[in-house]
Amino acid sequence: MIRRIAVSSGVGDARARHYLASLKALFPEAPLTGVATVAAYTVDAELSLKELESAAERLTNPITEQYSLDVPSPDAFSYCIEIGYLPGVTDNVGHTAKETIEDAIHRAFGADEGVYSSTFLFLEGSLNAEHAAALAKELHNPLIERATIFSADDAKKGFPLSAPKVMLRAQTLHADEVDLDVPDDELVRIGKEGIKGKDGTRRGPLALSLDAMKTIRGHFKKLDRKPTDVELESLAGTWSEHCKHTIFADPLDEIEDGIYRCYIKGATEKIRKQKGKKDFCVSVFKDNSGAIRLDDKYLITHKVETHNAPSALDPFGGAITAIVGVNRDCLGFGLGAKPIANVYGFCVADPHDESAFYRDSAKTQELLASRRILEGVVAGVNAGGNQSGIPTPLGFVAVDQSFRGKPLVFGGTIGLIPRKVRGRKLYEKKARPGDYIVMLGGRVGLDGIHGATFSSEALATGSPATAVQIGDPITQKKLSDALVREARDKGLYTSITDNGAGGLSGSVGEMAREAGGCRVDLEHVPLKYEGLSPWQIWLSESQERMTLAVPKKNWAAFKKIMDRYGVEATRIGEFTKTGKCVVRYQGNTVMDLSLDFLHEGRPVLMQKSVKQEARSKEAAQMPNVDVRQAILDVLTRPSVGSTAFIAGQYDHEVQGMSVTKPLQGRGRVNAESGVLKPLPNSKRGVVLSQGYCPWYSTLDTYAMAAAAIDTAVRNAVCAGASRDYLAILDNFCWSSSEKPERLWELKQAAKACYDIATRYGTPFISGKDSMHNDFRGYDESGKAVHIAALPTLLVSAIGVIPDVARAMTLDFKEVGDALYIVGETNDEMGASEYFELLGVRGGQVPVVDASKHAKAYDAVAKAIEKGFIASAIGVGRGGLAAALAKSAVGGQLGFNADLSNIPGKARRPDATLFSESQGRILLSVRKGKEKELEKLLKGVPFARVGEVGKGACAITTGKEKFEYSVSALTESYRSFFKQW
Amino acid sequence: MNRSKKQEKRSSKRAKPHVIILSGYGLNTEDETKAAFESVGATADIVHINDLIARPTLLNKANILVVGGGFAYGDHTGAGKAYGNRLKAHLGKDISKFLERDTLMLGICNGFQILTSAGFLPGALIANNVPRYSARWVDLKVKGESPWLRGINTMSVPIAHGEGKYYAPPEVLETLEKENAIALQYIDGEVSQHFGLPPNPNGSLKNIAGVTSHGGRVLGLMPHPERAVFFTQLPHWTLLREEYVRSGKKFPQEGPGLQLFRNAVQYFV
Repeated sequence: MIRRIAVSSGVGDARARHYLASLKALFPEAPLTGVATVAAYTVDAELSLKELESAAERLTNPITEQYSLDVPSPDAFSYCIEIGYLPGVTDNVGHTAKETIEDAIHRAFGADEGVYSSTFLFLEGSLNAEHAAALAKELHNPLIERATIFSADDAKKGFPLSAPKVMLRAQTLHADEVDLDVPDDELVRIGKEGIKGKDGTRRGPLALSLDAMKTIRGHFKKLDRKPTDVELESLAGTWSEHCKHTIFADPLDEIEDGIYRCYIKGATEKIRKQKGKKDFCVSVFKDNSGAIRLDDKYLITHKVETHNAPSALDPFGGAITAIVGVNRDCLGFGLGAKPIANVYGFCVADPHDESAFYRDSAKTQELLASRRILEGVVAGVNAGGNQSGIPTPLGFVAVDQSFRGKPLVFGGTIGLIPRKVRGRKLYEKKARPGDYIVMLGGRVGLDGIHGATFSSEALATGSPATAVQIGDPITQKKLSDALVREARDKGLYTSITDNGAGGLSGSVGEMAREAGGCRVDLEHVPLKYEGLSPWQIWLSESQERMTLAVPKKNWAAFKKIMDRYGVEATRIGEFTKTGKCVVRYQGNTVMDLSLDFLHEGRPVLMQKSVKQEARSKEAAQMPNVDVRQAILDVLTRPSVGSTAFIAGQYDHEVQGMSVTKPLQGRGRVNAESGVLKPLPNSKRGVVLSQGYCPWYSTLDTYAMAAAAIDTAVRNAVCAGASRDYLAILDNFCWSSSEKPERLWELKQAAKACYDIATRYGTPFISGKDSMHNDFRGYDESGKAVHIAALPTLLVSAIGVIPDVARAMTLDFKEVGDALYIVGETNDEMGASEYFELLGVRGGQVPVVDASKHAKAYDAVAKAIEKGFIASAIGVGRGGLAAALAKSAVGGQLGFNADLSNIPGKARRPDATLFSESQGRILLSVRKGKEKELEKLLKGVPFARVGEVGKGACAITTGKEKFEYSVSALTESYRSFFKQW
Repeated sequence: MNRSKKQEKRSSKRAKPHVIILSGYGLNTEDETKAAFESVGATADIVHINDLIARPTLLNKANILVVGGGFAYGDHTGAGKAYGNRLKAHLGKDISKFLERDTLMLGICNGFQILTSAGFLPGALIANNVPRYSARWVDLKVKGESPWLRGINTMSVPIAHGEGKYYAPPEVLETLEKENAIALQYIDGEVSQHFGLPPNPNGSLKNIAGVTSHGGRVLGLMPHPERAVFFTQLPHWTLLREEYVRSGKKFPQEGPGLQLFRNAVQYFV
């Protein structure tokens, strides 16, 4: 029987007031005067009235709330909108309500019983139906949620009760054979659109090329049978660009080893050899995260992932899953590292942009507005990080119109793990034949099916809605506690990996290589609801799951721990040494593939690129510019100005490790680095930083990648790190990767990685790529459009410092401190924020001279270590103008800077101020330490340019002098997201 | 060596007070809370609520019970509600018995929400006036009497919450005032002034940041003292460092939140 519990606030509801304020701002023409909200729990279970009431009491805070067993309507309203989830979408609130009720009635719900949450918003004011429809559109995302609109008259009849239960149509509950003896064009269609179901519809993309399809056909010819759908889906997932990184792995032109082995791994191997005994790498590229030494007893790990395609469809779900997903890359490192920090990055279109795009030509599937994408991803990382109890000390927002189709959503996690417990190395793992295959955590539904192959395709019509998963941080937190606090150190399992892309097929398939084979019985896998086909169970990307190898003798002890922590653990099979991956469903074999073919059978693609001339050259036309105003304007740009509204809603202090903050100085300027103290009884610190310059790709991808590394290294140095204890991670996000021209650009960027990293001696320890950040759809006039995200490399740096008391921040500290600029300022404004502001194309892109910069960075690192420096900031986006302003706003102090004679070739005032030449750092110096600093800077280009002052900020370049108050700079710096 | 350090040393010869810190279902500040207690001379165990339900006698050996910060049950259905229900239903009697002895109990942030929800502390915590999760530092004035707060007049510590607005009906507020049970209030102090932030971060009635019951032995507060135990956790410490160094002073090691834990330990020695 379906009943409803409705809970409303009795003491003034800040959330309702917030709805009112934000809806009024968005819909000024709608006569909205008030909003009231009611939280509803639709209970689909056999409960007595008494039980229902006792449940309702537990869902109500008696001091501030009241409940009723139907939704109470307020006195006056014109429309009511109910927002709830679509069937099958993760409903975390409903889940908690169910547990609460079960606890109240002392019994568990049956398999087909459940609780579903929804929110009723009562809208006051004389709205019409159109207003109501527009508000409903704003309030929900139709891919995951349903909105029902009731007029006041409708409401009088009462609100209908229905439970959004998953009702799967009669699926084939067995594996189907797939006939590959078909003409090439049908093979291409199967690869592109998926296996044909009985009703003629396609199951969704396999992203397998004709070549790959033919290889598979050939393999099964030899086996003298047809492949099952399970096998074909499994091969598609395992061979996907997402999992095998085919573009980075396969030969490209003369690089037979592929660019990953040649340039990325190649750089690390060379650096480690050069470092010899000083090598701090412990586990690189082979595990779910990379790990370096923190001290004799502990390692720190780092991994950064992207979740771009899902974030385009459901930004909240996409971003929360990015975070909880990469947290599992931490839990899945070695035998399980504890996540101690998250980092984020959002590459989005201007949130004020109002252009509309559609996935289909009929214009029925609209892309979410760019504002809602940013709001959604910000909220997703908020929920993912905060609810997991993992601090978020660092992140960024980068804006470009090319991210309108697919945003780039980066999520990274730093982990802490002891090297050894009871003589056992925790950073190594190996499943053994005979170990149970254990699935841990959440249950399996249709979530994220085809996630691996989907993200290997451009976002277009037919993109599967089931590609959207919503993470459940609490289920994962329970799992994390159980593993890291207890099971790991008791040595109860031999291997662990996360269920990410490809679900069980990915995790079990990967671990089977450690043992030498596996056998899985799919009917043991716990499901969210009945009716899943075997291939769906095997491929589902339902979240919060890890796969473990548990020796039989440890099973009872392991299971007991998981029970105590409220974590579901299920044996779903056994690792073997048969060399095969065998999957059964209710006794029938649905997959029987050799591991060799599964993992190594993929046809290698000989990739060819076409040389592109770098587009960097002198800008043709420079308009007349009011430089004084331009300084303020650059600060108002969303890629330069404050995003304090994000940092301020992400907990950065949980776990008690915070040393430098995401907002620095009195003026709370966004940090470009973060310092943590992971161990309570040690002074050692971990320095984090990020580098990204996607805009430079419009001119030269080599320069883009080089600048990304340079920026990450520079920002880490400014926080107190040094090059000798600094590692980096690469995240490539490319677009149009099938085009030979883009492959050339990719090759250049990868080569830059090798060149710059080896010169800095900063090894890559982990990386990931996402190669299809394309949107193919239609604009408002119905014209076909292709939006390709700018080729983007995010470089994440992680370093270790001996004493956090030496950590450095970017804000000016005291009046009278001398200002120094280290490095050369050249006329390098191509693709700069200044040119973007002016709409100028072309120009010289910043060029990295790593050998020169290395000297400067080493001198600054030494100066910080010796205590000569009061503030340090890397000069990056927005040039010296932005760096000076940020340090001033940070300290709420002024300055007097004469830039007339700074080193470098920039001569024009705007080049001096806005050039984004790499390798530069702006320092303020502790009084009396100037001479010692200058001694350290011997051989490095630098200039003493002035000093920190009180409230006035004065910049002189040649004959020009610009003056501002620090409050004017502060206002500009904070203006873009002021209302957020 | 200051007086309190001497006392810590002396007390180490006696039995150390024992702390139980509850965990499970999304609580997440147990490790740093444990480290804070241990650094001032207590022994501490992190105990999953299910383990305590299975063996409530564990409380017999404890002097201090802590429900720390976190996101129990994701704050779904209301912060602290689900965990508070569970605590009350399965351990309510045992905790009441525990409090009959001369013991201390502490609820930090989500733990405060849980203890109000379970009825061990008066009032309720509701959505911030700006209904968004907020992470920043605040300044507190000690108002009421509590062993936890002895010798502290003001302290600056961080908050991180979305539902931290203290609410109680007028008559309850009056009683709290009368019984000296308003423990901590947000004030316009060093950190708020430094960053130009509003002193009351969430709209709490009467600027209440923490309240007590059981004559001050049970304290609940929204701010996080366990995140303010080192000098280098302060939000403006790199500026303070300059001031210390330039005036020829060594800068301190300790943060303002540690005294609260030290007070609790010294209550038993």
